[in-house]
Amino acid sequence: MAHQTIRPVLMAALLSASCLTATAQRYFTKSGHIDFSSKAALENIRAVNKSVTCVLDTKTGAVQFSVLMKGFSFEKALMQEHFNENYVESDKFPKAEFRGTITNNGEIDYSKPGSYTVNVKGLLTIHGVTKPVETSGTIQVGDGAIQASASFQVLVSDYRISIPAVVRDNVSNTIRIQVSTRLEPLSK
Amino acid sequence: MTIRTSLLLVLAFSTASARAQDEDLLRSVQDSTPRKEYVTSAFKSSRVIMTHSIEMLRPGVLDFRILHRFGPVNGGARELFGLDGPASVRLGLDYGISKDFTVGLGRSTYLKELDAFLKYRLIQQATGPRAAPLSVVLAGGMTVKTGRWTDPSRKDYFSSRVGYYGQLIAGRKFSERFTLQIVPTIVHQNLVINNADDNDIFALGAGARLKVSKRVALTADYHHVFNPNSPFFHDPLSLGIDIETGGHVFQLHFTNAVGMNERVYLNETYNDWGKGDVQFGFNISRAFQLKKRK
Repeated sequence: MAHQTIRPVLMAALLSASCLTATAQRYFTKSGHIDFSSKAALENIRAVNKSVTCVLDTKTGAVQFSVLMKGFSFEKALMQEHFNENYVESDKFPKAEFRGTITNNGEIDYSKPGSYTVNVKGLLTIHGVTKPVETSGTIQVGDGAIQASASFQVLVSDYRISIPAVVRDNVSNTIRIQVSTRLEPLSK
Repeated sequence: MTIRTSLLLVLAFSTASARAQDEDLLRSVQDSTPRKEYVTSAFKSSRVIMTHSIEMLRPGVLDFRILHRFGPVNGGARELFGLDGPASVRLGLDYGISKDFTVGLGRSTYLKELDAFLKYRLIQQATGPRAAPLSVVLAGGMTVKTGRWTDPSRKDYFSSRVGYYGQLIAGRKFSERFTLQIVPTIVHQNLVINNADDNDIFALGAGARLKVSKRVALTADYHHVFNPNSPFFHDPLSLGIDIETGGHVFQLHFTNAVGMNERVYLNETYNDWGKGDVQFGFNISRAFQLKKRK
């Protein structure tokens, strides 16, 4: 009888202790980089955004990105205008977001420097359309900062963005997205 | 019973951690202070049809513009409704020096006239802090007739061939689809045909765009001239459709203006819409990015 009552109490104590020691350690940046590229028969297009917001919760493995579509800069001004006006409709859908988790977060030791291959799974929202995305990436734990990067492909057509027939040789339906961020501790 | 409580506890903790994953982490770092944002793409092109629009070229962009008007539509089937000509053409090059400053050069077949202009944006429509409800642009140009001198009674001074125009363009993109601008213009000609003619004429114009899809828009471009020099003058009116395909903008239109610079169409538009005296025309704008951006 006695040891039966102790068990739940012990479990509760253990659980709450583990929660306390790993106090939601969060890392963030507001100047992450995302660049994407399209390779088509006639033209290669590349755009960069250097003010990506990213937050990583090392305890839960939750990772979230947010980026302003108007912040992508292109080599040609006209491309940028068409991107915002005709393709992603930035006035209607100003942001793209990713909300996901590192599925193998348990394998990462955030307390000491090292490099880890991670699998990330989550939902990517572009042009008001949300689709599941899964990719592998790298997490480098450094002194007081975490470097997170990933590269994956999306199909433009998945996000209800249409490419007119006349520019099919200029704009590819497959877009490679590269993410690179340096995250610093979020003190709050 | 005790096993059940421990199970419950485990369950409680696991749901708590699950909730942590769904939590909006971004909200904790995003600042919600509104930022000034410029309103862009009020028109597809730097001209509504014949008139400068509030739209500027981006820095380092060279815009090659081919303006082409066929003959009058009321020439009938025999003239293929004007497509047989005579055609009027203006070839032009515009260049964006900075975000708010564009310059341009052009040459028209009509009177073999050259024209050059400067266009400067004073105010750009914006939202957020320090918002501006409309864009205000100044444009000024000079025209020179380079054709053969036809008046033997006068000496052929260079200055006699020169004209100037100045205009203020005030416009607002009311919604994603609709833009409207008004354009007061003054045109000065150094030499006019008759003694009684005014050297300066005044006009008030209006231009509008209605987007019908992402890449297609309807456009209208009109000027009323308050003191035309000829009783045969008609206010220039153009109605068109803008079609955008990648690096090109095609502006297909009907117009009663034959000339394609401000001096000509505000002084020498003699065709009458009422009589079907209009021409089919097109403007092609092809943008080249000369200066690479970083």
